[in-house]
Amino acid sequence: MSITGFLTDSTLCIGCKACEVACKEWNGVEADGYDWSGYSYDNTGAVGASTWRHVKFVEQTPVPGFGGNAGELASWTFSSDVCKHCENAGCLEACPTGSIVRTEFGGVYIQPDICNGCGYCVSSCPFGVVERNQKDGRAFKCTFCYDRQKVGLQPACAKACPTESIKFGELDQLRLRAQERLEELHSRGMEDATLYDPLDSSVGGTHAIFILRGDPRTFNLPPSPDVPTIYLKKSWTSSAIAGALLLGGTLLAFWAENKNGRRRNAR
Amino acid sequence: MLKHLLSKWPLIKQIQTGADGTGPESFSERTRNLRPKNDGADVARSICPYCAVGCGQLVYHKDGKLISIEGDPQSPISRGHLCPKGADTYELHTHAGRLKKVKYRAPYATKWQEIELETAMDMVAERVWETRERTFQETKDGQPLMQTLGMAHLGGATLDNEENYLIKKLFAAGLGMSCISNQARI
Amino acid sequence: MPGLGTSFGRGGATTAQQDLANADAILIMGSSMAENHPVGFQWVMEAREKGAKIIHVDPRYTRTSASADIWVPLRAGSDIIFLGALVHYVLENNKQFHEYVLHYTNAPTILREDFRDTEDLDGFFSGWDAGKKKYDPETWLYQGSPEKEVAGSAPGHSEAGGGHGKDRGGEAQDTGKFESDPTLQHPRCVFQVLKRHFSRYTPEMVERYCGVKADVFLKVAKTFTSASGPDKTAAICYAVGWTQHSKGVQVIRTAAILQLLLGNIGRPGGGILALRGHASIQGSTDIPTLYDILPGYLPMPFFETARNLGAYLKKNTSRTGLWSAFEKYFVSLMKAYYGDAATKESDWGFNWLPRVTGDHSHFGYWLDMADGKLDGLFVMGQNPAVGASNGRLERTALSKLKWLVVRDMVETETASFWYDSPEVNRGELSPETIGTEVFLFPAAGTAEKEGTFTNTQRLLQYREKAIDPPGDARSETWFMYHLGRRLKEKGKDDSRPRNEGLRALTWNYSTEGKHAEPVGEEILKEINGYSLPDRKQLAHIKDLKKDGSTACGAWIYCGVFPKEGYNRALERNPKDALGHNWGYAWPNDCRIIYNRASARPDGQPWSERKKLVWWDENKKQWTGNDIPDYDKETPPYAPENIQNGKGVEALGGAKPFTLHPDGVGWLFVSSGLKDGPLPTHFEPLESVTDNGLYKQQSNPPADKKVRPDNPYAEPSGDPRFPYVLTTYRLTEHHTAGGMSRQLSHLSELQPELFTEVSPELASELGLQNGHYATIITARSEIEAKVLVTSRMRPMQINGKVVHQVGLPYHWGYRGQVTGDVVNDLLVISEEPNVRIMETKALTCNVVPGRRARGKEFLGQLNSRTGQTA
Repeated sequence: MSITGFLTDSTLCIGCKACEVACKEWNGVEADGYDWSGYSYDNTGAVGASTWRHVKFVEQTPVPGFGGNAGELASWTFSSDVCKHCENAGCLEACPTGSIVRTEFGGVYIQPDICNGCGYCVSSCPFGVVERNQKDGRAFKCTFCYDRQKVGLQPACAKACPTESIKFGELDQLRLRAQERLEELHSRGMEDATLYDPLDSSVGGTHAIFILRGDPRTFNLPPSPDVPTIYLKKSWTSSAIAGALLLGGTLLAFWAENKNGRRRNAR
Repeated sequence: MLKHLLSKWPLIKQIQTGADGTGPESFSERTRNLRPKNDGADVARSICPYCAVGCGQLVYHKDGKLISIEGDPQSPISRGHLCPKGADTYELHTHAGRLKKVKYRAPYATKWQEIELETAMDMVAERVWETRERTFQETKDGQPLMQTLGMAHLGGATLDNEENYLIKKLFAAGLGMSCISNQARI
Repeated sequence: MPGLGTSFGRGGATTAQQDLANADAILIMGSSMAENHPVGFQWVMEAREKGAKIIHVDPRYTRTSASADIWVPLRAGSDIIFLGALVHYVLENNKQFHEYVLHYTNAPTILREDFRDTEDLDGFFSGWDAGKKKYDPETWLYQGSPEKEVAGSAPGHSEAGGGHGKDRGGEAQDTGKFESDPTLQHPRCVFQVLKRHFSRYTPEMVERYCGVKADVFLKVAKTFTSASGPDKTAAICYAVGWTQHSKGVQVIRTAAILQLLLGNIGRPGGGILALRGHASIQGSTDIPTLYDILPGYLPMPFFETARNLGAYLKKNTSRTGLWSAFEKYFVSLMKAYYGDAATKESDWGFNWLPRVTGDHSHFGYWLDMADGKLDGLFVMGQNPAVGASNGRLERTALSKLKWLVVRDMVETETASFWYDSPEVNRGELSPETIGTEVFLFPAAGTAEKEGTFTNTQRLLQYREKAIDPPGDARSETWFMYHLGRRLKEKGKDDSRPRNEGLRALTWNYSTEGKHAEPVGEEILKEINGYSLPDRKQLAHIKDLKKDGSTACGAWIYCGVFPKEGYNRALERNPKDALGHNWGYAWPNDCRIIYNRASARPDGQPWSERKKLVWWDENKKQWTGNDIPDYDKETPPYAPENIQNGKGVEALGGAKPFTLHPDGVGWLFVSSGLKDGPLPTHFEPLESVTDNGLYKQQSNPPADKKVRPDNPYAEPSGDPRFPYVLTTYRLTEHHTAGGMSRQLSHLSELQPELFTEVSPELASELGLQNGHYATIITARSEIEAKVLVTSRMRPMQINGKVVHQVGLPYHWGYRGQVTGDVVNDLLVISEEPNVRIMETKALTCNVVPGRRARGKEFLGQLNSRTGQTA
């Protein structure tokens, strides 16, 4: 079974939000409210329990004579965010019920029939992707269309994407394509194009990687995400030291008491 | 039997396979049997109802019910892709606001009432006939006019060619209605 | 479509969306293609990724601009200046494709001595009748053309009516005796007239009146023209941003002239792609639900000019070109309509067709409705209560009807106007005083019925039915068939002349299923046509006969169902990039029309890179990557005999525009348009500035329909309405919202009406992002949330700062998300050729805060507009 991934290329994204709708239609996810944000054309805010794909809109001041594909400057950029399906997934490591599993395609999948809504995964996600829903408190996020992948279909978002900004395929292949694409963009004058693929961070790389222009933080992507469990060793060590110190102190106290006692006894 | 049950217990499985409890050993029955919802459904080849790009759609259905609607990868125009509207075509057909009965509002009434489809058809035919009888002009200045300006039609750009064909045929060539118009202009 | 129709011959996009991928440059103007045709836009992206330059000219920086290489902010309504300047740039710098222009356009044709241009008459062409407010276009004819002999009517212009009948490329003038100058030097040849006409469309004018800096304009001019020539092609995409103006047809004409001069028509990667906004908007003019045409762009008989069949046929039959066979198309249609009763003796039923006696278009009859002159109205799949200009008038007119039939998938605002319209909510109307009887029928969705849509590239695609519609929902086919059945029954024993046509009407369609649904393919087979009396399907337009031995519901669709069991619209096995064997494109499955022009006059491709169809001397036929839009066996060296010959054969082997009697593309349209043979800039009917090019302010024959309930701002610089208003769509919704505002997954993406303003205007007026503003025009006022964005920008127009205000128009008073009706702000106006309204450039005012409610609404509106409407 091959390991699959998403390559989301924001230089091809036209901000149409077909991915958001195709995802919700396929997965039966309900709308999450009719609130107008007043922030560009983004009214769904962020990835969450009821938005598994989310298109972020970043506005800058455009200059006449230059469109968004002009190498010199980016002016209105869009990027479709999604669960990263981390190599070292905080949610999966934190899940105490065995609800969250890794599928044969490498995706991180929450089994809704197992999840008990404890919420440990929510605080363990370095990207703020996992969220509990309002109704019953269970945690939801992108399933990587595990049901579709099982029969060889691509995820609904990638299939719908009109400009093939969202690419789905074997992760290794996508990484190669991403490098080629990056070189091409640089040669076209888009010096600020980068690949977001945090291989060197503690999440150990993601199965959803992104080509972006500019600082990834603009797109809510932390430059160096950390899986919370890396703090475990540190906290275990400090606990051990604290424990040892406590033990040492206690022993010392007993030892001193003993010594005094002996002295007293000796007196 | 007991052995079989025990072997399904994730902990035993983990011990047996050395897995860490995040893989298939933790898959529930539902997860193991998960299939796409359109698995085994019938499929109709269709076209998106929104704009005029003409994206190919595959309509999955089973036992007279829609299952899902997605892009047709074979289409040389859309290559399987859809925009947000096209991607929402399933909801267009299935949402709770769909009309299912004829609604009738009598003159000066303050409320709708539901009426039977065949009754409504008879009533509309009567209205058309009455208006046509009263407003039809066969000639003007001794020349054929064959026209009624007493009733009009609007709409067509969202309809099928076959539907527009029947509208123009009946309303203009059959009934003599001159006032026929739709969204299309240029 | 007369813009394309008069220029090239057919009122449809000249190319296919996929073919955009072959372009070397693409100009998108009058369209935000990425927003409104996102899936079609993938082909623009593909071209871009292959190195083509994408140019987007638009008042706003949109999602299309964000994917373009060059964005040009333009003052709404100044398109002809910009495009005219591109034409001027081509002519001034000798950038035209000389061989193409010489052989495939009417550039060498010499005009009459008494023709006067807008250059000579300060905004008017010769022939203007100020009293009748219309042109007598006789002086626009070619030198040597005989005058027409139709009593009481000038050529090309009937007393009443729109221009759809002219889609086929002008009236049937006899161009037999015209003169031409192949050196293009004669002062009255079209080429020289064109040069003079566009001489004032300079980069300086563009800077002053479009608000586009000259260097930005020149960047566009260089990019577009350098991507055209024998081995390069450039394409143009447009949508209603060009058409919905008081001079919309002429905007498209300007683009047609540019593409003809650059040799970009009929060639791969070239062309003009009209982007239509509804699934079958092309289909609904091909097989029209319109008042002035019959299927296949045959004109409806006009009372004044079509006194008898002979006069009608004479007026519409040309001596040369494809329209020489007009009688075959017409007689075959009458056979399809009236069957055995259509005989030579009964004039094929010509006298059973209703006559056109005036403006029977939407706005034309709606105003009569507002005056209480109509009994009844059918509305099918349209929502004029929120979707049409001057919504207050539209809705109020509905209350004057005796009966109204609405067919839709949901309860639209049009169906519910009598109890929840703004007028009822404000207390201006109430159900107790509205006598309209309303029938609201549930309609089937596309998955619940079979049938064809004709898409934006003239492609017929058949849909299979998946399931039955719910409850009492039915297709329009069902409704029409069963209504017709009842009405025929009522008239069957009544022998008055009025019922002859109805009784003769062929209406014996088979039905199937539990709902007795008419069989869709049976209707398509009738549209395609069949022989009589043996009812064999026809395979080609050439098989049509004028003796009554063929029936055909739409001659341009002939070939879609060429034999029993072979529905080409349902074909789903594309064999090449142009999509042959997937659906069926009219005419004759040509995907790029006029493609004879992709080869030189001698029949060989202009270049290897841009080859499409060419002459194969060994096989003695045209061949290539598309179906030739030409007689397959007429060699390129077949001599033309336009002077004396007859039929399409007279055009010979090197005239690609076969619907035109002279076989060439028309830079100059001598017949068929009501507002002039050449495009001329006029200001919108409401403008913030004077017309800087001519004394005449707005398009002379535009019909303003001024009346107390349809008032205008002053034509120029009305101090009450200092800003330019432009309206548009968003990706997330569809038109007036009937198919999107009810859906949760679309509603959440754009849940509320907003207005887009620049930071400069916001600060000038004290508008705050996220707060309300009220937008006011002479018609009404509405409230919207404010979106302050630098994607909107003020511009310098003739020394003054001009602000533009943007409003998407999707909302109404029903649905998951509701909002004020933007179309209430618009005025009912009619472009002279097709009677389209001006929605893209008007004037307005903006004030912070919300509008008044209830009975105070009208008082506040009147105090702000200074009128008593």
